[in-house]
Amino acid sequence: MSNHLLEVNNLKTSFFIPAGEVKAVDDVSFTLDKGEVLGIVGESGSGKSVTAYSIMQILSKPGEIVGGSVKFDNQELVGMSEAQLRKIRGAKISIIFQDPMTSLNPVYTVGNQIDEAIKLHTNLKGDQVHKKTIEILTQVGVNDPEKRAKQYPFEFSGGMLQRVMIAMALVCEPDILIADEPTTALDVTIQAQIMELMRELQKKLGMSIILITHDLGVVADMCDKIQVMYAGKIVERGTAKEIFYNPKHEYTKGLLKSIPSTQNKKKLIPIQGNPIDLLNIPKGCAFSPRCEQCMKICLEQYPAVKVFSETQQASCWMNVFKELKGSGTVE
Amino acid sequence: MSKNKEKEILLEVKNLKQYFPITTGFGKTTPLKAVDDVSFKIYKGETLGLVGESGCGKTTTGRTIMQLYKKTDGDIKFNGEHVETKEQIKDFKIKTSMVFQDPYSSLDPRMTVGDIIAEPLDVHHLYSSVKERQNKIEKLMSLVGLSSEHATRYAHEFSGGQRQRIGIARALATDPEFIICDEPVSALDVSIQAQIINTFEDLQKNLGLTYLFIAHDILVVKHISDRIAVMYLGKIVEIGDTDEVYNHPKHPYTKSLLSAVPIPDPNTMMEKKRIVLEGDIPSPLNAPSGCAFRTRCPYASEECAQKVPILENVGSNQDVACLFWKDIQDGIRTPNNLV
Repeated sequence: MSNHLLEVNNLKTSFFIPAGEVKAVDDVSFTLDKGEVLGIVGESGSGKSVTAYSIMQILSKPGEIVGGSVKFDNQELVGMSEAQLRKIRGAKISIIFQDPMTSLNPVYTVGNQIDEAIKLHTNLKGDQVHKKTIEILTQVGVNDPEKRAKQYPFEFSGGMLQRVMIAMALVCEPDILIADEPTTALDVTIQAQIMELMRELQKKLGMSIILITHDLGVVADMCDKIQVMYAGKIVERGTAKEIFYNPKHEYTKGLLKSIPSTQNKKKLIPIQGNPIDLLNIPKGCAFSPRCEQCMKICLEQYPAVKVFSETQQASCWMNVFKELKGSGTVE
Repeated sequence: MSKNKEKEILLEVKNLKQYFPITTGFGKTTPLKAVDDVSFKIYKGETLGLVGESGCGKTTTGRTIMQLYKKTDGDIKFNGEHVETKEQIKDFKIKTSMVFQDPYSSLDPRMTVGDIIAEPLDVHHLYSSVKERQNKIEKLMSLVGLSSEHATRYAHEFSGGQRQRIGIARALATDPEFIICDEPVSALDVSIQAQIINTFEDLQKNLGLTYLFIAHDILVVKHISDRIAVMYLGKIVEIGDTDEVYNHPKHPYTKSLLSAVPIPDPNTMMEKKRIVLEGDIPSPLNAPSGCAFRTRCPYASEECAQKVPILENVGSNQDVACLFWKDIQDGIRTPNNLV
C-alpha cells in the first residue's frame, strides 16, 4: 500500500512496426501526489505523450505496454478490463490534447459533446444535464454559454475550443488532469489565458496535473516538479528550481543553454547533432552521440541513477566522474 | 537614431496594403484587410523581427514583399529602386529569397536535395556549365553545414533541422542580399532551433545578409533581431530597437504580449506581473473602428473608437501607434485588469 495518488513503476511501452521495435517509453517510474503539478519535458519523440497515453490506457495498435505497472489509488490500471477502465477514464483521470480543433467531433454541437460526457459519468438526467453543461462552460470562462453550447466546433476560436476541452475534462472533477501540450497550438496571449484558467481550477478543485510540454517557459510557470525525458527514459527529475538553477544531466544543461536569454544576446550554445533515431538507440547512454562531455563508459553502459536530494536525481556518468575526481580516484 | 541615419536603407515599404476579396453573400465580396497600410524600412546588414499573433498579417507582409501576391496598393523600394515593372520584379527576385516555416512541406519529395538547392539557379539560368552548377551545390551545402555527399538523397531522408538547412541553402543559391525568414524555427525542437539560429547569425556575419525575420516566439526574435516590429490586425502598432521595444514597450498590446510570454526561469515567473488580455483577436473581416486593439485593450476609451492612431516617434528610435501612450507611461491612465 502506498499513499501516492498515481504510481508508475518501470513502465515500458513499445511500438511494433515492420522496421522493428520502437521503445517509446523505456523503464519509466514516477509518482504523483494529490494537488501536485508535474511537468514532463523533452523533445519530440522522447516519449512524453506515449507516457500519458499509457497511463490512460488509450494506446492504439501497434503500440503496446510491454511491462511495468500504473497504479492509481492503489488500483492497477495495466490489464484492467475496458468496462472498469471506463469508470476511471474521464471520471478520475482526464486528458486534454494538443490540438482542440481535431479533438472534437465536427458534426455535433459543443453542448451535445459535453452532455455526452456528463451522461456517461454522472447520474444526472434530462434538464439537469443541460444545466450542468451551461454551468461548466461558465466556469471555464465561455461567454454567453447558452448560445455557445448550440454552436459547432468550427464556430469557436482555438482558445475557446481549448476551454471547451478543459470543461469536458473537468465534468466529473477528476483527481488527475493530464494536459498534453495544451497550449502549443495557441498564441501567447491566449496561452496566458488558458494557463491562468488551469491554475485557477487546479486551486479550486485541488486536482493534480501532469503537464506535458516542450516549452520550458510553460513548465517554469506552472510546475512544482519536473522530469526531463530523452529517448524514452527519464534522465533527470527535480523541483522546478533544481532543474532550472542546478541541472545535473548534460542534456538538461544543453537544453537550458539553447534557449535565448531574456537579458543579453549571447550566442546560443546548441546541442550538436540530430534528434535520436528510436530504432537505433545507442548501447550506453542514449544522449552520448550528442554529448560534449561524452566519455568511454557512456558508450558502453547506461548510467545509474544518482540521487542528489530528496527530490532531485539524474542518470549521467559525469556526476559519477566528478565525484571520483573529487576523491582523487581519477584525474 | 543617428546610428540608423548613417546606415543605408536596403528595403523601404510604404503604405503597403494587401486585401483579399472574400465572398460574403451571393455576388457580394468584402475585402479582408490582411495587411493594412504598413510602412517600414530595413537597413543594410540588419535583422528586422516581425512579431504578432496568428492572423495578424505578418506572413502576408512577407509574402507580399516577396511578390508572391499582387499587392493591392503601396510602394516597395529595394536599393532605392521601385519594384514595379516585370524587369524590376525579376531582378528583385534574384536578390531576395525566402525561407519557409514548415521544412516538411516546403521541399519537393520527388526531387533530390541537389536539385532542390539548384532550382533557383535553373529558374534564373545562373550557370554556364553542369560543372559550375555542381560546384555551387557543394559550396551551398557546406555553407549551411550539410555534407555534400548527401546531394543525391531525397528530403525524406533528413531530420527537421537538416531539412531547414536545405531550405536555407536553396534560399542562398542566387547569392541574395535580403532573405525573408517566415517562422523558420518554429517547427523545430529547442536544441535544433538553437543550431539553426546560429546558422542564420553566422551567414549574416559572413555574407552580409539582411533579414526580415517573421516569428511568433518573442524570445527568439529578441535574440536575433536588431529592431522589432509588432503587428496587430494588419497594422504595425510598435516598431523600434530591440532593447527599447523589449524593455520599454509603449503600446498596450506590446506590453500585454510581452507579459504573456512564459520565461524559462521559475523565479522570474513567480514575480512576474501579468496583463491577461480578454477575448480573442477580432476577425479581420470585421475589424473594430478606430484603433483595432481597443476591444481587448485595458486602457481603451471612447476616443479610441473614433480615431485611427498612426505611428509616431516617441524618441530613441521607437515608433508607437497609440493615442494615449504618453498618458499610459505617465500613469495618468491605469489598466483595470492587472493580475
